[in-house]
Amino acid sequence: MSASLVMGEVLSRKKQGEDYYSLTVVAPAVAESVAPGQFVNVRPVGRTAHILRRPFSVYRVHKQGGWASTFEIIFDIRGPGTEELAALDVHDKLDVMGPLGNGFRLPKKHSRCLLVGGGIGAAPLFFLAARLREAGHRIDVVLGARTSELLLNAMDARRLASICRITTEDGSAGDTGVVTDVLGPTIERCGSEVVYTCGPHAMLEAVAGVCGAAKLPVQVAVEELMACGFGVCMSCVIPLRVRRKKGGSGSGGVLYARSCTEGPVFDGSQVIWSDHIAAPDTIDLASELVPPPAAPPRAQHVPAGAGAEHSPPGN
Amino acid sequence: MTRPSLAVDLAGIRLKNPVLAASGTFGAGREASGFVDIARLGGLITKSMTLEPWKGKPTPRMCETPSGMLNAIGIQNRGVAHFISEDLPWLVRRKATVIASIAGNTVDEFAGVAARLAAAGGGIAGVEVNISCPNLEDRDNMFAHSEAATARVVSEVKRALPAVPLFAKLSPNVTSVGDIAAAAVAAGADGLSLINTVLGMAIDVNTRRPKLAGTVGGLSGPAIRPIAVRAVHEVHRAHPGVPIIGQGGISSAADALEMILAGATAVAVGTANFINPRSALEVAGGLSELMASHGAATVAELVGAVELVG
Ligand SMILES: Cc1cc2nc3c(=O)[nH]c(=O)nc-3n(C[C@H](O)[C@H](O)[C@H](O)COP(=O)(O)OP(=O)(O)OC[C@H]3O[C@@H](n4cnc5c(N)ncnc54)[C@H](O)[C@@H]3O)c2cc1C
Ligand SMILES: Cc1cc2nc3c(=O)[nH]c(=O)nc-3n(C[C@H](O)[C@H](O)[C@H](O)COP(=O)(O)O)c2cc1C
Ligand code: FES
Repeated sequence: MSASLVMGEVLSRKKQGEDYYSLTVVAPAVAESVAPGQFVNVRPVGRTAHILRRPFSVYRVHKQGGWASTFEIIFDIRGPGTEELAALDVHDKLDVMGPLGNGFRLPKKHSRCLLVGGGIGAAPLFFLAARLREAGHRIDVVLGARTSELLLNAMDARRLASICRITTEDGSAGDTGVVTDVLGPTIERCGSEVVYTCGPHAMLEAVAGVCGAAKLPVQVAVEELMACGFGVCMSCVIPLRVRRKKGGSGSGGVLYARSCTEGPVFDGSQVIWSDHIAAPDTIDLASELVPPPAAPPRAQHVPAGAGAEHSPPGN
Repeated sequence: MTRPSLAVDLAGIRLKNPVLAASGTFGAGREASGFVDIARLGGLITKSMTLEPWKGKPTPRMCETPSGMLNAIGIQNRGVAHFISEDLPWLVRRKATVIASIAGNTVDEFAGVAARLAAAGGGIAGVEVNISCPNLEDRDNMFAHSEAATARVVSEVKRALPAVPLFAKLSPNVTSVGDIAAAAVAAGADGLSLINTVLGMAIDVNTRRPKLAGTVGGLSGPAIRPIAVRAVHEVHRAHPGVPIIGQGGISSAADALEMILAGATAVAVGTANFINPRSALEVAGGLSELMASHGAATVAELVGAVELVG
């Protein structure tokens, strides 16, 4: 396992626009090894009331020859955890576990990549874009938010992308509407071969739907509630439709995969979006998770009928 | 003074130190092994395993609460066969001291898991019976809430797996944990684990929905430590000869010592592993220093050594 448990130090803290805060953290062990789509689970030192760490995608890294490399996270204030992070000062310590999760899979041969981000959820796409560009891929971007103030770093998005489409729900920048309104035409215009997306659950579902119809592979980065972030608590699961492993005994079916370990990046065509809340009742845990295919799989048949679930209220 | 010894005898299991990782908070060791050498832990209580794989509950499965968290995972696990073929050999190679936690919805399911473990022929030092499970044969009432059901599970598991010490893991959500403890001991438990999570609930006031898909869940973390200390104290007073694995909210050496003074022979660290997977080791290290300051040479002399006034 490559994740480290380190004491980072805040190098800088910036406010970006009205709502976003970014922290640049000196933590070479993390910054040198993290890949786009992976996340860090962080905690200011000495907290007592809110005991758990908080997970954040890595937004950018700055390699400084190993000894002072930094990673950057960007977030909006949702509750006590993000409030405390926003209040950190330069030189404050930050307890960091990371890098965690699987990260995006980069194309092997030159590809036209479309990055679709909503609100603060676009954060990991900037790190991804940087790495895709280094590898010589073409990048196009669709960036959306409720209002122009909440567009994440539209300037960099425009700079990195061959084609950059902006949408806001109130029409304060770009097209009025949501990212999926312009997604289909953008895919066609750019000749996109693979789509990467991160943002609110409903947006991911809609993007996966458009890509499914267009038979385009789509990698979605999900955000689930996490207690541990490294695979032991089983809090963060997401239902996936999985195929039987070659030679395996399982019948395939639905698997609760850990978004902190098997994810947070999943093949969008495998995620069961509508069953997110209601438990799917066809589960075959014995079937192993099949890695996301390069091309979108054909619709999987999910066998019907399984016993009712009986499990305790706790644990 | 020489360095105090952390070694303890837990119902016949020689532990190098009295600090274990609690069930469901350390998997079967693999994920945490990147952060900590699991051979150095006092022991590892595995995630509860069942006869067949269990899929667990829908999400959201957890929410944070003041100084704690609620969970309703539903014991998602890959079943005892997977444990025996994949996890156990790995744990043995890593020289971990393993206490296997088992769960079920019927007495037969518990006994079935125990029989499989017995047939696996070694590798485990003990078994912890997680009776905080709904009993299908009793309108889904938890085994741990009934003396009779507790006794039945304990005696059947003991019969199927007599070779290793058996710890019954009791729920605090009962009127008299002492009565359940007595039933477990009479049925053949060699030791007790106290406590499992405390039943709780949280509601999102904006959506008016429960924060957990399972509606209610188990509270863990520092918030429940006083409840655990009380339960351990009560059971130790009633059954001074029965070794107890004290758990509930332990995250520091002082917390561990508190539990030992209340009557625990060993302790288990749960939720704290999520924040720091090295917690158990760090607690053990700190305990050694605390023992020295108490002038104690062994853990045993501190077990139940709370000094009651009046
Ligand atoms: C893999 C991953 C990457 C993320 N990346 C980013 C990012 O780059 N920028 C950003 O602003 N946010 C990101 N989030 C969401 C971020 O973790 C939450 O906003 C944050 O935990 C909120 O904590 P809080 O105490 O301020 O809010 P509260 O709502 O009070 O938090 C209460 C609990 O809910 C959890 N929680 C709340 N919202 C979320 C959420 N959306 N996802 C997961 N857990 C949540 C918290 O961790 C905490 O345990 C990410 C989440 C995950 C899982
Ligand atoms: C996410 C989670 C999962 C758990 N799973 C199990 C389990 O499978 N079996 C079990 O006996 N206890 C389980 N527990 C209970 C813990 O082992 C422990 O008894 C309890 O959390 C109290 O200790 P703590 O406050 O240190 O966490 C679980 C606890 C948590 C938080
Ligand atoms: S957050 Fe604990 S298993 Fe994923």
